[in-house]
Amino acid sequence: MKKVSVQRSEKNSIKITLPLKESDLCKLKAGEEVLLTGVVYTARDAAQQRMAKKLPLNIKGAAIYHTGPSPSKPGEVIGSCGPTTSARMDDYTPVLLKKGLKAVIGKGRLGDTARKAFKKHQAIYFLAPGGCGALLADKVKSMTLVAYKDLGCEAIYKLKIDDFPVIVGIDAKGRSVYR
Amino acid sequence: MKKILTKVITDKIRSAYINSCVIADRDLIALLQKAMKTETNKRARNVLKLILENCRIAKIKKRPICQDTGMAVVFVEIGQQVVITGGDLEAAIHQGIGLACREGYLRASVVEPLSRKNTGHNAPAVIYTKVVPGNSLKMTVIPKGFGSENMGQVKMLKPGAGTEAIIEFVTESVKKAGANPCPPLIIGVGIGGTLDKAAILAKEALFGIGKSSKDEILIRTLEQRLLLAVNKLNIGPAGLGGKNTALKVKVKTYPTHIAGLPVAVNIGCWCHRAKTVII
Repeated sequence: MKKVSVQRSEKNSIKITLPLKESDLCKLKAGEEVLLTGVVYTARDAAQQRMAKKLPLNIKGAAIYHTGPSPSKPGEVIGSCGPTTSARMDDYTPVLLKKGLKAVIGKGRLGDTARKAFKKHQAIYFLAPGGCGALLADKVKSMTLVAYKDLGCEAIYKLKIDDFPVIVGIDAKGRSVYR
Repeated sequence: MKKILTKVITDKIRSAYINSCVIADRDLIALLQKAMKTETNKRARNVLKLILENCRIAKIKKRPICQDTGMAVVFVEIGQQVVITGGDLEAAIHQGIGLACREGYLRASVVEPLSRKNTGHNAPAVIYTKVVPGNSLKMTVIPKGFGSENMGQVKMLKPGAGTEAIIEFVTESVKKAGANPCPPLIIGVGIGGTLDKAAILAKEALFGIGKSSKDEILIRTLEQRLLLAVNKLNIGPAGLGGKNTALKVKVKTYPTHIAGLPVAVNIGCWCHRAKTVII
């Protein structure tokens, strides 16, 4: 172990900060359990369709989370916010990776073209636990609207996450956790 | 004769919808705990642990178990001696869904299919009505998430295809779905009737997961064989491998035509929700 940015937590998960560092990109291996801390932008079906045409924000080095949260209750940061099926975004993912996106958080297996794009553009696909939106809401510390307000839950929000539990689904070598 | 006011129906639907989204069914928790005991794959066990913890947090914080609070599917059984007064039955149900969405902070996920314009309140529901003997009104609400709904399939098998072909079709459907529908799954299988009837049966099979099918031994045996076959796929919780690809498989049948064997598979995620209310 050479680098300081990778530390084992007591739960045997690696702690990683977002945006991803070059050194983390090389280190992370498919199957590893990771706790993510930092900034992610939410974007799913309708938002990605628009983003593929014109970007409303700079995504260079950024992380995108495939989610559409349920409404926040008064006094809460966010509602339930688990991942949605990422394969539906397979047409847009390679486009966004080409534009500099470095991390995607979602769920499920991706198509081969999308998987290979992670290797080509040196990026990571993280799997968040599906259906665990109530638990994941506790890991979100702030939420601000960035773009596409008209899309409601599908709008782009900037989330600050803290120790958000994920597994490396596809690493920068293009290796997948799914056989 | 029994009179039932539509505003009572609206209120029952509202509370049933909110509760089903927030509080995991006791039978479901029992199935998840059983999976936790039998699962040997370490990663799968970690996923199951998170799932159970998620259910606990959802209940305490009154937060939806999953942000996809679904499109509401409502099965209504109206007793022949019931008279509904005070308005339109279907409108009363839609209104209950709308109220639940607002008051329960549920996600509005329902859009017009072509314009993709959100209706704003998660209504309308998909309603199936059946008239039955008796003087009560029974309603089952299923908030159906689309991660799993998208993975459903219907196939018109040849009449002589038999059980093996049914098992093959169901297994293939689950295999194709892989990690997408959030395994471990609850699987509803509808066999017989027509194309549409098989699909409705498959959805109906998804409620009452704690009860075993009272029907003939043929159905129970098929359910067991399907569960075994599906769990051999090694998809496992979150698709990361393991013994528990499905928690339960339920089969419902209806007579069909000599020329056909319609089979439908409706997949429910681990966070399968259903709540029945009787007035």
